Parts: sequence; C-alpha cells; structure tokens
Amino acid sequence: MAHAALERAPIAGGVRPRALFVRRMQRKSVIAFAMTLPLLLLIALLVLYPAFYSIRLAVLNKSMERFVGFGNFLFLFKRETFWMVVQQSCIFAITAVIFKALIGFIVAHFVHNIPARGQRKWRGMLLVPWVIPPAMSCLAWLWLFDPSYSAFNWILDLFKVGPIPWTGDAYWARFSVILVNIWIGAPFFMIMYLAALKSVPEQLYEAAAIDGANWWQRLWYVTLPMMRNIMAITALFSLIVTFANFDIVRILTAGGPIDKTHVFATWAFRIGIEGGDLPLGASVSLFMVPILTVAAVFILRDVHRRAGEMS
Amino acid sequence: MTAASLATRGTSPVRARKLRSISRDRRWALRWSYFFLTVFAVFFLMPPVYMLITSLKTSAEISAATNPWWVGHPTLANYVELLTSPQYLTYFRNSAVVSVVVVAVTMLISVPAAFALSRMRFWGSVALATGVFLTYLIPETLLFIPLFKMFAVINEYTGIELINRWWVLLLLYPTLTVPFCTWIMIGYFASIPRELDEAALIDGANYRQILTRVFIPVALPGLIAATIFAFTVSWAQFLYPLAFTTSADQLVLPVGIITSLIKGDVFNWGQIMTGALLGAAPPLIIYAFLMDYYIAGLTAGATKG
Repeated sequence: MAHAALERAPIAGGVRPRALFVRRMQRKSVIAFAMTLPLLLLIALLVLYPAFYSIRLAVLNKSMERFVGFGNFLFLFKRETFWMVVQQSCIFAITAVIFKALIGFIVAHFVHNIPARGQRKWRGMLLVPWVIPPAMSCLAWLWLFDPSYSAFNWILDLFKVGPIPWTGDAYWARFSVILVNIWIGAPFFMIMYLAALKSVPEQLYEAAAIDGANWWQRLWYVTLPMMRNIMAITALFSLIVTFANFDIVRILTAGGPIDKTHVFATWAFRIGIEGGDLPLGASVSLFMVPILTVAAVFILRDVHRRAGEMS
Repeated sequence: MTAASLATRGTSPVRARKLRSISRDRRWALRWSYFFLTVFAVFFLMPPVYMLITSLKTSAEISAATNPWWVGHPTLANYVELLTSPQYLTYFRNSAVVSVVVVAVTMLISVPAAFALSRMRFWGSVALATGVFLTYLIPETLLFIPLFKMFAVINEYTGIELINRWWVLLLLYPTLTVPFCTWIMIGYFASIPRELDEAALIDGANYRQILTRVFIPVALPGLIAATIFAFTVSWAQFLYPLAFTTSADQLVLPVGIITSLIKGDVFNWGQIMTGALLGAAPPLIIYAFLMDYYIAGLTAGATKG
C-alpha cells in the first residue's frame, strides 16, 4: 500500500493522497457539479422518474398486477367520453389562447398609447387577475355564475334578457370556463406584449412616418415583425399551461354537466384519484404529451436561436 | 415686407391647421385609449370587487336576492368569524409554513445551480441548462398520478406515510418552482459582466465568496423576482394539495376553503368570498409593494436567457 502511494505521489506533484483528494474536490468542475447536485436530484426523482413511471403505470390493469399492453389506450379509444375530452381540451386551449393573445395585444397597445406616468397605474390594475390565485378567483366566478343568485343574470334581467345557465348548460358551461381562462391569462399576455412594445426602437416608427406609412402599415411592417418572437413564445407557453389546466374546470364545473366540460387534467383526476383507477388516469394524462412536445420543441428552437445570438 | 415674411405668412396657416389636426387626432386616440382601458379594467377587476361586496354581506342579505352589486348593511361578521375559526387559521398557517419553507428550499437549490450553470462551464452544463428549462414545461397535471402511486409504494416498503401529510407538499412544490427560478437566475447571472468575477478571482476569492459577495448582491433584483415567483406559485398551487391531502388539519388554504366551506349543497357564499379574499391577500399585498420585481420576474422567463 505504502509502495503504491509512493508510486503515485510524484504524479500528483509530491502531495499526500489526502491533500490530493482535497485538491481534486477544489477543482472547478467538481464544485460546479456539487452545486447542481440538489437540482439534479430533485428533477430526477420528482419530475423525470414520475414522468416515465406514468408510462409504466399506463400499461397495467386497474389493480396494477397484470400487464395489459395498450389495453388502457384501446379501452379509451372505444369510449365516447374520451373523444369528447380530446375535442373539448383542444377547443378550450386554442380558443382561450387566441383570445388571450388578442385581448392582451389590444390592451397592451392602449396602455402603450397613454402618457408614460399613467401607465404604471393602469398596468398595475390590469394585472390583478393574474396575481390572484386561480382557485380563489374561480370561486368568485362560480358565485357570479350561481344558478339562482347570478349577479350577471341580475344585470341581464334589467334588460329583460336571460336568465343564462352559465354552468348548467353544456355550451354555456364551455363558454364560461373559456371566459374565466381568458380573464386569468390575458393580463399575462398584456404584460409580455407591453414589454415587447417598449423594446421597439422609436427611430423605426419615425422612419416609417417619414416614408408616409399609415397607422395600419406601421403596425404590420414595424410593430409585428419586431414583436414576433415574444408573441410566439408567449403563445406557446400559454398553450402548454392552458392545455394542462386543472383549476378552472375543476372548480367551475367539475367536468359537468354530464362530462361535457372535462379537459385531460380534470378527467384524469376524476378517473385516477377519485375513481381509483390509477393506470387509466395515467393513460389519459399521457395524451397531453404529444401536443406539449410539439409546443416545447418550438419554444426550445427559439431559446436555442437566442442563445446562439448571445454568444 | 420681405419675401421671407411673405413666405412664412403663406405657409404657416396650412402647417398650423395640419398640426392642429394631428394634435386633435392624438387627443381622440387618447380618449379612446382611456375609454377602452376603463372597459377592460372593469372586466378585469369585477370578480375581486364582487368578492369584496359579497364578503361584507350577511347570509340573510345574500339570500334575500336584493341588488347583488350593492351592500345594504355592511358588516365585518364574516371576517371576524373566519379569523377566529381555528380551522381557517390552520389552513392559513399550513399555507404560510409551506410557502415560506418552499421559497427557502427553492432559493437554496436554484441559486447555486444557476451560478454553476451560468459561470462554471463543465461537461454537459449547456445541455443541463436546457434540460432545466424543459422540466419547467412539464405540467403537474402529468405527474400527480404517478407520484400518488410512488408514495403508496414508498409507504408499502418503508412504512413512511406520505399521503395526507401537509409536509409532503414541501417535496412537491419545489418541482414547480425550482426549474423556473433556476432558469431566470441563469439569465440574470449571465448578464453580469465577466470582468467582475475575474477581478474577484484575482483578489483571491473562492467560488463561494464570488457567489455570496459578488453575484447575489449584483443580481438581487432577479433574486427578489424569483422569490416572489416561488411564493406565489406555492401559495396558489391547487392540484397537489387536492390530490395528496384530505383531512381538515392537513389542508392548505385553497383546498381548505373549497372543501370545508362548501358543505354538501349548502354554500355559505359570504364566508366563501371572505375566505377567498383573505387567501388572495398575501400575493396581492406582495404585488402591490413589489410590482416592478413581480413584472420583471414574469417577463424574464421569455425575454432573458
């Protein structure tokens, strides 16, 4: 042993093994790895492992004893409710994101239009829906949509309209959950677009004005190209969050009436946790993966391009 | 009369008219902006205002079906009742403890990791930074079922009960906060000029000192933004506590209000709205005082990095 230590000592520059160990621990890459270790452990154990474990779960039967292959998926394909959930999730996510983007864009322009010293106040007020925890604001909406005491129906009644079954009728219920989603998400788009608007150099507008561009041309040829990146990435982010949304549908309708407003997340919860069929619930939530992957690939491309520009 | 003054007299009325029309256009544009901003503000602020209105009413007034937008006999009874109810205070305490601990854990994990990933290039660090960002895109709605089963298996093998314990949220919430906080801290750290840490290195500082003496003070705004983000996310989280906790003494605020104040089909709306408003208060207060940091954190995710 002593011989081996002596043999190795000259290579390390005459230090003893213990000192060698200490020095090695002081190497940059080792320290860096140690600093990222908690992060890696957290992601590996509580994000990546469960993500793959849900694939494993999805191929088992209800009591999780027998391997059934694609049995759960085939069972889902035969159920009408499943296709309704697919359809509803897509309608919910796409409509909500389009309207959030549209409202956010419009409101951002109005805020950008007014004198700078008033902007802070308006921006502060308009972001409030995003700040309130969704579970709390959904309760307020649930109360606003109440079948017998709806405050909206009270206003509509003044104009002799209604009463509207906000959460009782399938189509109105779909409208209501999308409306609440837009209410929560539009302020986020507004903030992102406002930041993007502020980053457009003023000279571009001056140059456009000198060239005789009208309001529409300035928007189309200056503002939109300059904002395109942020608009795309915000919409993709929002698409992911909206598609995987749980709180709003859960609190407002709990999927009803007769499962007409279920999205993937709420239906998976109903089947997996409340129904006790974890494998089937896992299969349902796995159907979110394709669309999430597509959105993630596009976001990643943008992130990579920007990283390329930076270095 | 010179030619010059003739010329000015000739052009000035035209230009003045043009200028006047431009300023009139601007004034109208401004009026329309204010008009539509008011419309949107009414739409955006109506639910929280309605929460406040209802929270000031008695049950009798609510069920009397009078004008729902007006309080006839304002009372603080709902507030008094909730703030003296041990159950509601338990929820509030659980939420507060969980959120504060999660913020601390998040910062302890993500700040060193962000420092290592942004400054100490090592094998795989670039791929790792991208990977961290990708995990942020994995929604919790994909993970709650496998996690539920994992906890059951852990209980089977070790006897440690993880389901229906509030502290299990301390394990789960960091998966939602850490990736994003690490990501925005990487962005903030990357924007610090290299000369700064080189100077510190020459002065003989080690990595820990560079992080605590240089990076954290310089990137403090980013740190505050990340802290606010972590707090609001853990305060608002609804799915994990709904899936993993059930007994009344283990619940956090959002789930507690929904499961305990809604008894069967009897909705005590005055109290529900009071509870919801009080539950929304901590994020709103933080937002009111630290709005600029809050907004910086929101926009940093997409504009930095």
